[in-house]
Parts: sequence; structure tokens; C-alpha cells
Amino acid sequence: MIEFDWDALVRALPFLAQGMVLTLELTGLAMVGGIALGTVLAILRLSMPAPVPQIIAGYVNGLRAMPLILVIFWFYLLVPLFLGRPVGAFSSALIAFTMFEAAYYSEIIRAGIQGVPRGQLQAALASGMSYPQAMRYIVLPQAFRAMVPILLTQSIILFQDTSLVYVVGLRDFLTAANIVASRDQRPIEMYLFVAAVYLVLCASASFGVRILQRKSAR
Amino acid sequence: MIEIDQIDKWYGAHQVLKSCSTAVAKGEVVVVCGPSGSGKSTLIKAVNGLEPIQGGRITVAGEVVGSTNLSRLRARIGMVFQSFELYPHRTVLDNVALAQMVVLKRSRADAVAKADGLLTRVGMIDHRMKFPGQLSGGQQQRVAIARALAMDPIAMLFDEPTSALDPEMINEVLDVMTELALEGMTMMVVTHEMGFARRVAHRVVFMDEGAIVEDRAKDAFFDHPDTDRARAFLSKILHH
Repeated sequence: MIEFDWDALVRALPFLAQGMVLTLELTGLAMVGGIALGTVLAILRLSMPAPVPQIIAGYVNGLRAMPLILVIFWFYLLVPLFLGRPVGAFSSALIAFTMFEAAYYSEIIRAGIQGVPRGQLQAALASGMSYPQAMRYIVLPQAFRAMVPILLTQSIILFQDTSLVYVVGLRDFLTAANIVASRDQRPIEMYLFVAAVYLVLCASASFGVRILQRKSAR
Repeated sequence: MIEIDQIDKWYGAHQVLKSCSTAVAKGEVVVVCGPSGSGKSTLIKAVNGLEPIQGGRITVAGEVVGSTNLSRLRARIGMVFQSFELYPHRTVLDNVALAQMVVLKRSRADAVAKADGLLTRVGMIDHRMKFPGQLSGGQQQRVAIARALAMDPIAMLFDEPTSALDPEMINEVLDVMTELALEGMTMMVVTHEMGFARRVAHRVVFMDEGAIVEDRAKDAFFDHPDTDRARAFLSKILHH
């Protein structure tokens, strides 16, 4: 029979909470940045003349072909080179996640925009709206309404993937748990707790997605 | 008002408009008819630049379509689509008010007042807070007409406005269009409703395989069509 000792875990909670704050910050900021950049990429890809769509397709497919951990690592090395000064692990990781997720988000958003009947764009243009106005008032609201569940699902994956920032020395939730687990020699309690936290957060997010799906299907 | 001068359009190697020329004078109602695939919808969508053309020239109120100010010109030309194309995420009222605010920069109060007046006119005022999905096809099309009229257009384009409607709803839409025509609105109407054409149109343009085959006064067209193709079309559409 294994003897559980939860005291070590309780003592470590503030430290773990710091990790969770970083995880949530990174997830939230990368999600907002990724969706914003992804929307721009999707619109440019659908509306600009060659070679813009080809360049964007190259960007999207290139990033999607690479392991995320490599992207995080490369940006950690490259961003300071580009800017000529160190930016810190958090900023470089945030940029890496934003650029990486934008590639995935842009494909979701592109499909969403293409899912809006072409006549809607035509009707908006026929009323005298410019292309950006037609996108803003008519096409994107309909596209996003249909896309919210998939965007959130992608964001849950992003939330889980943030644990990869340990490669650049950041202390996210899972990394913090790793540290405590090896320090206190109580890995079983710690990883049970970590699994439970991930499970609760992701399951409740998925539950939210399902409710939204039911609402948008009305 | 609308001048279409020898316009050409290709989809790849296939020519869908072949040197088409016609004109719609101010206050005139021109019905465009012809078999499906004859290019009627493409022609009418070229008038406000929704379908780009490769040859020839279209002017509306003296302005060349496709010049830099296409949006400004479109704002002055109302368009009604076969599949209504109301905005499903907006209420009936917003559908009619939105472009007034976004394009014409009217205040919300002005736009709503204008919208309410037009919704009353097309008999849809009681449905102003509903969403398009809650309306029948005929009701949606009447809202779409109100939406186009809200911009105070100098001309109206109708692209098969009753083709997607159940038979019992066709007349409620045609009635609104007839009233509009009697008020002197300049109208270009793609339709198979020959009864409407007989009652309301001044001229009929008959198209076949991308070309304008006949372009004549209404009575002349219906009583003695010039071409065999028009005769064949009329006998098919009138005798069933």
C-alpha cells in the first residue's frame, strides 16, 4: 500500500500557483495574439493577389510542419538576433506561441470565412460597403459565430502545449510541479495533482465548448 | 441612366457575355429574360461591378462602373438577389438600417426612422425585431427590397427576385415591385415572370447564350418576337 503525503503538496501550492499564472498568461496572450494575427493572415490569403496568398500558405504550412518545441527554441535564439537585444524568455516564448498558433488559427478562420455564403459578401458590397466594412460587419461576425467551438478547442491544445516552455527555462505550471516533485521526492502525489488540475480545467473548457456548440446550432 | 456598351466577359475560354449593349433610361423598367445559362444574372451583376467585365463599358448616371469609386456608385444602386441575402445575424431592422449608418453615415435615429418607414411600406413593420431565419421567403425578399430602398437608390437591380420563392409568395413580392415601378423607379429586372413583364415593363431584353438577341418595346416583344429563339422561349414559358 502506498502511503500518500499531501503536506508537501500543500506547502508547494503558492509555488505551483505562480506556475499556473504564467501558463494562463501565456495561453491568454498567445490566444488573443494568435487569433488576431490568424484573422489578418486568413483575410490576406483570401483577398490579395499573388504572390501574397502563396507566401502566407508557405508560412502556415512551414510552421505547421515543425514541432512546436523547435519553434519555441528557435525563437528564443532568433528574436534577440533580429532585435539586437535580449528580450527575455517569456517574450520570446509568447512571440513563438503567437506565430505558431496563428498558423493554426488562420486555417480555422479561413475555413470559417469560406463557409459564409458568397452572396453575403456580394450583398454587403452591393450596398456600398467597402471590402473591409463588409468583412467587419457581415462576413466575420457570421464566420466567428460558427468558428467559436473550434477556436476554443484549438486554445485548449494551446493551454496544454504551454508546458513546452521549460526548454527556454520558464517555470509554467507543469515545470513548477516537476521541480517540486524532484525536490520533495513525492512525484506520485504531485503528478496526480497536476493531472487532476489539467483534467478539471480542460474538461470544463470542453464542456463550455459543447454548450456553445448547442447554442450556435439553434 | 444605365448604359451598357458592348461588354464582354469570359470564364476562362468560355465567353459568357458577347458584346452586349443595352440601356435603361431614367424611370424605365426593363425586364431581362432568357433561358438559364444565357448570361442574364451575369449581365445584371456587371451593372454594379459584382461581376467584372473584360471588354466594353458600363456607365451608371454618367459614372463608369469599375472606376475607383465603385463603392460610392454601388451605394446609389439598389440590388435585390435571388436568395435574398439578408444578414442572418442581424434583425430585420438592422438589416435595413446597417448600410445607411456604415455607408451613408446616417445617425442611428435617422436610419431607424427611414427603415421603419420602408418596413411599413413593404408590410413588414410588425416583424422588425425578428431575425431573417424566422421569416418566410416572401417576407425576406420584401425586407431585402426595403434594405435596398433605404439607400435612396437612383436605380434598382433585381436578379431573379421570385425564383427562390414558393408560388404563393411570388405575388406579394411582385406587388411591391409593381408599386415601385409605378412610382417611376428606374428598374432592371431579371425574371421569368412574364405576367409582371407584360404589366409593368417598358422594354424586354431577351438573352441567349451570352448575347442580347432581342431588345424591344414590351408589346412588340410579346406580340411578334423577331427571332425563333425568342418565340421558342416564349412558347415554353407561357404555355404550361
